[in-house]
Amino acid sequence: MVTNPARPLSPHVWHYRWGPHMMASIIHRASGFIIATAGMITLLWWLSAIGGGAESYANFQKWVVSAGDKASGWEVTVNWMFRLLGLVVAWSFFQHFFSGLRHLVMDMGAGFELNTNRTWAIVVFIASITATVSLALYIAYKNLGV
Amino acid sequence: MGTGTGIGRVRGLGSAKHGSKHWIDQRLTAIGNLLLTSWLVISLLLLPNFDHEAVAAWLAQPKVAVPMMLMLISIFWHVRLGLQVLIEDYVHDDGNKLIALTILNFYVLGAGAFGLFTVAKLAFTGSPA
Repeated sequence: MVTNPARPLSPHVWHYRWGPHMMASIIHRASGFIIATAGMITLLWWLSAIGGGAESYANFQKWVVSAGDKASGWEVTVNWMFRLLGLVVAWSFFQHFFSGLRHLVMDMGAGFELNTNRTWAIVVFIASITATVSLALYIAYKNLGV
Repeated sequence: MGTGTGIGRVRGLGSAKHGSKHWIDQRLTAIGNLLLTSWLVISLLLLPNFDHEAVAAWLAQPKVAVPMMLMLISIFWHVRLGLQVLIEDYVHDDGNKLIALTILNFYVLGAGAFGLFTVAKLAFTGSPA
């Protein structure tokens, strides 16, 4: 294929003024990638640990949920990395969920007016952060006695 | 550019005419994901505890195993469509693109089959103590 290197190009993404709608767009992709990989692999580990019996379930819980009192420093470190990952996955899930709802509305041709579009992009971020913080507090309250 | 002719399509220069199906499937699975992940989140919040016995008994019920398997199908189908677009947008080298798309397809089918088998096995044969 012969291409003309001197042909005019559309301005690259950085030439536009950054806005919430652009942030929502790229975060939709990034959060989708995170739940598609880290989220789904952890979910499959959980499901197979349930099917694998009490011992394999305890192994999942040790690494992902709580390392327990007799854990080594290494086990506690890995456990906290999984907890952090869990927080990232939870936020990615809620963000992709609410952002996806926004996309379904936009697929019907609605919500493209500049101010409306901007408002709902911001609402998506507020909703996902609220849901994630609520879930984290609920888990901490119920299981960690905080 | 050969967009209209058969040979143009063969050389990868034209539309394969599959775009609308891809777009609609992505939306259909998105709606499936909205419903089924909402079901999962609410079900998990309603569980009395997360002991192995309680969770295994919960998952083995048909009214839980079936939506869980449907959720895995809907999600992994959506993952295939969505990550395909990511790869096509960001991986520009033809060879790397082919490798990435191959890995994506193997991942989605392999992980999906593993998940379905795991849930079905638990539902049919129960969990070892």
